[in-house]
Amino acid sequence: MSSLRPGNVGIVIVSHSPKIAEGAADMVRQMVGDAVPLAWTGGDVDGGLGTNVAGILEAIETAWSPAGVAILVDLGGAETNSEMAVEMLPEDRRARVLVCNAPVVEGAVIAATESSGGSSLAAVKRSAEEFYA
Amino acid sequence: MSLDRVARERLVRALAGSVIEHADELTSLDQAIGDGDHGLNMKRGFEAVLAALPGLADKSLPEMLKAIGMTLVMKVGGASGPLVGTFFMELGKALPEQPSRADLVTATEKAIEAVKARGRSEAGQKTLLDVLVPVHAVLAGGGDAKAIAAEAAQAADRTTPMQAIRGRASFLGERSIGHMDPGSRSASLLIGAAVETLEFEVNT
Repeated sequence: MSSLRPGNVGIVIVSHSPKIAEGAADMVRQMVGDAVPLAWTGGDVDGGLGTNVAGILEAIETAWSPAGVAILVDLGGAETNSEMAVEMLPEDRRARVLVCNAPVVEGAVIAATESSGGSSLAAVKRSAEEFYA
Repeated sequence: MSLDRVARERLVRALAGSVIEHADELTSLDQAIGDGDHGLNMKRGFEAVLAALPGLADKSLPEMLKAIGMTLVMKVGGASGPLVGTFFMELGKALPEQPSRADLVTATEKAIEAVKARGRSEAGQKTLLDVLVPVHAVLAGGGDAKAIAAEAAQAADRTTPMQAIRGRASFLGERSIGHMDPGSRSASLLIGAAVETLEFEVNT
């Protein structure tokens, strides 16, 4: 799932549940259409509940944008695995991917809305994180 | 300390075996205060490590440790994959091919710092750090294999009365008290397996 507007910040949704990740991505699509590159991942490598680094790396690749990628995560393991995935990216991409401290569903919708207006990665992250401010 | 290929393979088998044999126990510990998947996750990770033998043992000790860490990161899932995986990867980065005891002390300390940074955690929060940190103190203080293994087991026991501050168990607040931390238990199993193998190498 990637868009034709690579100028906007990409959004990656990471949940322990693939259904939640996919459902949140559906909500984002309904809000912003194809205006932002978007990808989701959820579940462990065997398809059970959990998150996995390889899946997150793949989602980052799918939602890649020169403007950067904001990752929305649900629980601790999703955050730790996402940070690990970011560190494993090629050096020139690493600084352009940020994990947001925000609720996964609301954060993804707000981040995508912000991104669709052409905002910077920092601004996208900030608006998602306003939920916890 | 010099580990030849046979010894490296023995080490990998011991590490993996210790976790795989105790997977059910780890899972029941995790069912008490976590989401009940620690045993299954760790087992999956170490089965992948075993599947990478004999190629893993063909590598030098540092490269082998890095490869084990990477496999655990990719296969374990949950927060324990990056935490345990980071420990192995950093150990591999910091150790020379034929480490002295002093090298082991320094490398372990670096690996523990990396785990702290990865989990944004410190000892005292009912995590694997509550085993790694005291075990490192015994290692640095000159303790032998038996003392290290004993400290690992006791340190895991000492997590039972703690209240979890980090990880899934922290959601339970005071209800996390009275259960051993599963991550501490798996760390103690790994340390027990490692020192037993290394002692065998030193004494034979």
